[in-house]
Amino acid sequence: MRNLDKNRPVCPQICELLCVDIVNGVYDAERRLPAVRELAAGWGVNPNTVQKALDTLEEQGLLHSVRGSGWYVREDISRAREVLQELRIEKIREFFAVMESLGLSPEETCEFVKEWYHE
Amino acid sequence: MSELLRCENLTKQYGKTAALNNISFTLESGKIVGLLGPNGSGKTTFIKILNGLLTPTSGAVYIEGERPGPSTKAKVAYLPDNVYLNAWMTVEQIVAYFADFYADFSTERAFEMLNRLGISPKQKLKALSKGNKEKVCLILVMSRQAKLYVLDEPIAGVDPAARDYVISTIINNYNPEASVLISTHLISDIEQVLDEVLFIRDGHLVLKKSVEDIRAEEGKSVDELFREVFKW
Repeated sequence: MRNLDKNRPVCPQICELLCVDIVNGVYDAERRLPAVRELAAGWGVNPNTVQKALDTLEEQGLLHSVRGSGWYVREDISRAREVLQELRIEKIREFFAVMESLGLSPEETCEFVKEWYHE
Repeated sequence: MSELLRCENLTKQYGKTAALNNISFTLESGKIVGLLGPNGSGKTTFIKILNGLLTPTSGAVYIEGERPGPSTKAKVAYLPDNVYLNAWMTVEQIVAYFADFYADFSTERAFEMLNRLGISPKQKLKALSKGNKEKVCLILVMSRQAKLYVLDEPIAGVDPAARDYVISTIINNYNPEASVLISTHLISDIEQVLDEVLFIRDGHLVLKKSVEDIRAEEGKSVDELFREVFKW
């Protein structure tokens, strides 16, 4: 069971996990995702939530469903890369906002992270 | 998704005390719902009414439009909060007994789950530990192909590893035609599989909400919200 944050809605977290897996080529071989129930059981989450996450990723153009067969990853993963990039930028924005409330401007935060990381 | 369960102004009085006070709500099929409340809030009373073991003082409950009775019992799989099986029977005798009793019972599923949890079918029930007895009861309930599963404290007595198995059994058994109603205190163990929660306090329904909405709007887990709502 992968660790999910219980204080955040589960659906976007599932989207993030799937998006990373798609970009990392986890589903490359068959391009077919496990069944909704299997995915849900693997994460220990509600199947309806997984279904919603898959619908969202379909809307974003990462997946397509085949009636009676299941969910497939689109051949072209450039869209998945874009979505992942957007997610990362969003997280950085949140992080900058937190650091700003702790007294560092975005520029200062970048410097601080670099220095701290090299130590 | 169609309406599976409807409660209309449900009230149950025990003498002067109201165990349930004017509860009304509806539940659709295809949902996993948590029935949450502190001790003595009316959870078990509600569940017993659903299963026709108690009759309401006023108001009514309908399962697919019918009041609790023989035809609703055929489609509701009920796990009571205590072990009610005959202690002298072996596990496989009990499985056969259930297969006889319920048309929707799958013997194959029952043996598969017993095997996964390492319970020998040849053992007598009285030789099993408390936790294993509870697992047998749950397996019997989950081996049915019911419309509504009503689980009263399904994970309280089992160890954390078996708890994970119980939760994955509930997920794997998921079917858009059926719903699962789970009463429990162990919210943090189960909240991720829930669609909705019902909070009840002193017989009143104080909250009915989707768990994703709780996380999105409150920025907190169901467990945290519960502790806040039911703070002493």
